[in-house]
Amino acid sequence: MPTNPVRATLVKLVVGAAGMFLFALFVMPPLYDVFCEVTGIGGKTGSAYQVSEAGVDTSRTVKVQFVATNNGAMPWEFTPKVYEVRVHPGEPTEAIFYAKNRTNRAMVAQAIPNVTPFGAAEYFHKTECFCFNQQPLDAGSDADLPLVFIVDRDLPKAINTITLSYTLFDVTDRVDGAVAQLN
Amino acid sequence: MAHGPAKGIGRWLFTTNHKDIGTLYLWFSFAMFLLGGSFAMIIRAELFEPGMQIIRPEFFNQMTTMHGLVMVFGAIMPAFVGLANWMIPMMIGAPDMALPRMNNLSFWILPFAFALMASTLFMEGGAPNFGWTFYAPLSTTYAPDTVNFFIFAVHIMGASSIMGSINIIATVLNMRAPGMTLMKMPMFVWTWLITAFLLIAVMPVLAGAVTMMLMDINFGTSFFDAAGGGDPVLFQHVFWFFGHPEVYIIILPAFGVISHIIPTFSRKPLFGYSSMVYATASIAFLSFIVWAHHMFLVGMPIGGELYFMYATMLIAIPTAAKVFNWISTMFRGSMTFETPMLFAIAFVILFTIGGFTGVMVAIAPADVQYHDSYFVVAHFHYVMVAGAVFSGTAAVYYWLPKWCGRMYDESMAKVQFWVSFVGFNVTFFPQHFLGLAGMPRRYADYALQFSDWNMVSSIGAFMYGASQLLFLFIVIRTIRSGTPVSEPKVWEGAEGLEWTLATPVPYHTFSTPPEVK
Ligand code: HEM
Ligand SMILES: [Cu+2]
Repeated sequence: MPTNPVRATLVKLVVGAAGMFLFALFVMPPLYDVFCEVTGIGGKTGSAYQVSEAGVDTSRTVKVQFVATNNGAMPWEFTPKVYEVRVHPGEPTEAIFYAKNRTNRAMVAQAIPNVTPFGAAEYFHKTECFCFNQQPLDAGSDADLPLVFIVDRDLPKAINTITLSYTLFDVTDRVDGAVAQLN
Repeated sequence: MAHGPAKGIGRWLFTTNHKDIGTLYLWFSFAMFLLGGSFAMIIRAELFEPGMQIIRPEFFNQMTTMHGLVMVFGAIMPAFVGLANWMIPMMIGAPDMALPRMNNLSFWILPFAFALMASTLFMEGGAPNFGWTFYAPLSTTYAPDTVNFFIFAVHIMGASSIMGSINIIATVLNMRAPGMTLMKMPMFVWTWLITAFLLIAVMPVLAGAVTMMLMDINFGTSFFDAAGGGDPVLFQHVFWFFGHPEVYIIILPAFGVISHIIPTFSRKPLFGYSSMVYATASIAFLSFIVWAHHMFLVGMPIGGELYFMYATMLIAIPTAAKVFNWISTMFRGSMTFETPMLFAIAFVILFTIGGFTGVMVAIAPADVQYHDSYFVVAHFHYVMVAGAVFSGTAAVYYWLPKWCGRMYDESMAKVQFWVSFVGFNVTFFPQHFLGLAGMPRRYADYALQFSDWNMVSSIGAFMYGASQLLFLFIVIRTIRSGTPVSEPKVWEGAEGLEWTLATPVPYHTFSTPPEVK
């Protein structure tokens, strides 16, 4: 036990500094994610959604637009097959994106979704999405990437247009295993 | 008991004497100030005229980055740690710092950290080029390989700052002379006590940020990488959670210095001592809850914008209280204008300008225009250069005669003050205009309509740079051949325990604690 008062101060302060370090590493990132998820800030969408039996609200029509972007030097071709659909809240709708690996090597991609306006993020549910998994593609091959979504019946009245954007990242280096599987 | 310092280089390498360590910190800081200053000269030379004149854009980016890092972490912070080492034990009547060997260590790892960081300039890929705020993914996905050296250097200087702070807190809380209650402590001691707590709270967060970068770069995690489910905006939150308290870490000890100099040369006690203490504490508290005012443009919801805007403006209130207290201290005092006082008055005026532009950039809708423009550059140089650096210069002129028993040359020092003052304002005042006219910061080149003010700004910068060489000359001349002074109160209006000691201050002081009534 530290009896010397300087020692006691030293111990307390070292513990405090170590605590702040751990706070930055292990509390801030998850806290940030939880905060964004709860508030819908940042346009992050949730993971796979379980369909509820609330039914379709045919009295309302919402415009959903699709945007596809390649991150950095990602060389794939990546576009939505349809750029815009009109849906009723509560109605499951399918949309297809198209991706083609234009290089001569097998690659793996990851699509990251984002919803604008941010206020719509928590009302935009995906029951099925290619973004839940990574997308391996052989050299020169292509694929149709499916997405099924439901706009929540509780979507605030002020929102009539939702833009769903996907950014495609090259994650080949992260998942050497997946490429090996392809070959 | 009364033995002097050891002989030779060993004195400096193994010293545990707070005065020696203070001296080391101050010289180190001045060396870094010249290094960071030479980077600034390169930047201003390149921006003297539009078009690429002297250096390549890649190198320009390394210069802005290194300038910021070296000035903030190498020049300003160590300067005030040096002053703390010299003055705190003498001000509270203690024989030394509470943890003298840790004190030695916390200094000697610093040159190592900065040698490591500066060495990247000569490596393949070049020095860090992602700005002193090192936003991911610029500092992760797109960083040069030397970023690992940068991360290591940040860890070391973080450790140094934390050790230094622990030492200051342990000294202030445990080693005050009998009778010196907390509310009798000199303001410099108070501001440093609060600053040290800020440092212990946020330097580990900075360490956390660079650790996450390190893992993203080398171990495949995705804290800041959207491809793996992370978020680059998280980096900005973590950085500014450190970064905003950091700007107050820089300015609070400077406030402390000014709170000593103004009473001395006004020959009146500090006006509103206890309100100064409470203002300092509330600034420190508020500094933790305003960080996202640096991020008004990342896409925050309106509620967030409003909250961070009002919370930031709130800081202006305790800050203004301090300014009013300094002015009230001068009011009807029998003032004289020796060089430390000139720097202190310039501090009050110019820092206030910086505070006002701070409130301007805190207005979220207006910041859409100001953000990342030269207006922000002007803002933070008014608070950091005319604030912290002017205060540090004032402190050296004020205490140097006490430390070495020799007086500096007053007329030369006054010249140095006026060249600094004019040079500083010629450099940075036009940057307000450039920013408002839309010139973005951190660019190696600019559109023609910005030419005139850039040239003015560069001329001012060279002037300011020259004035710092003059400062170095004056200090060296004082130490070697200044007029000897021997009265304990070098300044007849000065108050406090440190002025009861002999001049020059003996190597060991207050071996028996003084009684404070
Ligand atoms: C009344 C007090 C202050 C207020 C309201 C204030 C407000 C702000 C705001 C809102 C910004 C962000 C501007 C932008 O990026 O668009 C900013 C930037 C900055 N402030 Fe202040 N500030 C104040 C005092 C200070 C002090 C005392 C310091 C340091 C000694 C300081 C240092 C900085 C720095 C370094 C930046 C720029 C950071 C960067 O992006 O590189 N400020 N300030
Ligand atoms: Cu700030």
